[in-house]
Amino acid sequence: MSDYVNQVTHPVTNSRTTNKESAIPRSLLGSLIGPTWIWLVLFMLLPMLLMFLMTFRTEAFNWREWEFTFENYRKFIETPSYHRLLLRSVWMAFVVAALSVVAAYPVAYVVAFQAGRWRNLMIMLLIVPAMSSFLLRVLAWRIILGSSGLLSTVLLGLGIIDEAAPILLYTPTAVIITLVYVWLPFAALPIAVALNQIEPNLLEAASDLGAKPYATFLRITLPLSMPGVIAAFLFVFIPTLGEYVTPALVGGPEGVMIGNIIWDQFSRALNWPMGALLSMAMLLIVLIPAGFISLYSKISRERAGNYD
Amino acid sequence: MTNNRLRNLPGYVYLALVLIFLYLPIALLFVLSFNDSAVMAFPLRGFTWHWYQELLGAGELWQATRNSFIVAFVSAFFATLLGAMAAFAIVRYRFRWRDSLLALSSIPLVMPSIVLGAGLLILFRSLMGFELSLGLITASHILISIPACMLIVMARLAGFSKNLEEAAMDLGATPWQTLLRVTLPISLPALLAAFLVAFTTSFDEYAMTTLITGTETTLPVYLYSMLRFPRKLPIVLALGSIIIVGTSVIIILAEWLRSADTTANKNSAVEVDR
Repeated sequence: MSDYVNQVTHPVTNSRTTNKESAIPRSLLGSLIGPTWIWLVLFMLLPMLLMFLMTFRTEAFNWREWEFTFENYRKFIETPSYHRLLLRSVWMAFVVAALSVVAAYPVAYVVAFQAGRWRNLMIMLLIVPAMSSFLLRVLAWRIILGSSGLLSTVLLGLGIIDEAAPILLYTPTAVIITLVYVWLPFAALPIAVALNQIEPNLLEAASDLGAKPYATFLRITLPLSMPGVIAAFLFVFIPTLGEYVTPALVGGPEGVMIGNIIWDQFSRALNWPMGALLSMAMLLIVLIPAGFISLYSKISRERAGNYD
Repeated sequence: MTNNRLRNLPGYVYLALVLIFLYLPIALLFVLSFNDSAVMAFPLRGFTWHWYQELLGAGELWQATRNSFIVAFVSAFFATLLGAMAAFAIVRYRFRWRDSLLALSSIPLVMPSIVLGAGLLILFRSLMGFELSLGLITASHILISIPACMLIVMARLAGFSKNLEEAAMDLGATPWQTLLRVTLPISLPALLAAFLVAFTTSFDEYAMTTLITGTETTLPVYLYSMLRFPRKLPIVLALGSIIIVGTSVIIILAEWLRSADTTANKNSAVEVDR
């Protein structure tokens, strides 16, 4: 009942806005948003533009001389190992994102619907590992999977293996396990937020009308939480596609991802134009699902608008 | 009630397992940092402070730590300032390119670090011909912290209604008085939370920073370079344990500030209704 009251009274306070000036006069608007604009343009858009331009060059420095060439593109097309690597990276990012979302969904469900007064504590317990050092958490898995690490010792003790050996270390599976570990709490949060926004009335109405719990879940809870699921998926998929630290630490030669090659081009091979091209290829792959998602959310927002 | 609890049991069990999965590796780092052996192996050999003592003598490491603190502090300060100003404009005004600003400012949150780092490397080294420095790292950290700062402050400003500001001005306060005595105090918890989140983001950033690191380096980059020497691993773990404790305290503080935020919001909304 109190929830209902809340829903009725809340919008009222928020919609009682007028056109009166705010505390900061409108004339200062430019100086409010200016610095952020400058930062975004100078340190994000400009580097991306430079990177794009560099894909048409063979020389990384000396921008005064300008020779326009498709040489890098030709090399990229003619090198199957790049394609294989890109495909494998996309596949690994997909697997990591899917596993993270599937593993995180029940966590989010419990946090949103069953945690009761422990909710804030649960959220805190998820946020702390999510925000603490990425590098150290990857390092922990390198130790766990190592030859005399936790997993090997436990399996040896249980008699499952005969001698101490690295378990999974330096394989793509190690990369996947480690990254799911890293991203799981990140994936849980947007799903929990989406679940939390579902009106309890809808769930009550469903059960009042005789829906079984699993039917309520499949036909109401799950579809309504999809925006959170998709956000979580992208939150994991995009950074994973560009990941190179985890493959370098636990992946071994079979676990190499496109990010490692890009890193090599910039730091070791000093072939920046090729690195730029591979980065652009990766961004393109990232943009496709991102564009698709924004279209989806636009459509679903319009649909939601129809109910108002 | 008991029926309910029984039905919730699988959920609780799963949550507990996930939490164990999340915390066990971190706990392992702590345990091994006190283990009396340079080899990361089980069974454990015995308790020692040795690795922590060795930290004290590592000069380069303190240099990197000092660098990280400076970079984190300065970048967090400016990211909070820029983010808060933009958040205020976005929440309070409609203006041209508002949606573009919102969309663009969320990109650094998801952009793969390697792409951002490589792009910045091209900008700094190839186009501008700068020597890589801590200043450039700071500028880059401001960029990656702006989105979180903006979102945290926006949530706070959207939560309390414009009415409070209007009431102050109706009662004769000048815009600057309103800003200093109404808007600023109300957004203070969010500003602090934003600062702390930006601070930890910068302090832990490795993947992008390593690409734009020159001679002077930050702590995560130095830590990674130590991994080449297996014998130094226990020292890395000792340092890592300290870092994890430190950042956890900051994160808990930031979250507490943000949740104190929302409870305050509810109260103020109720008061306005009456």
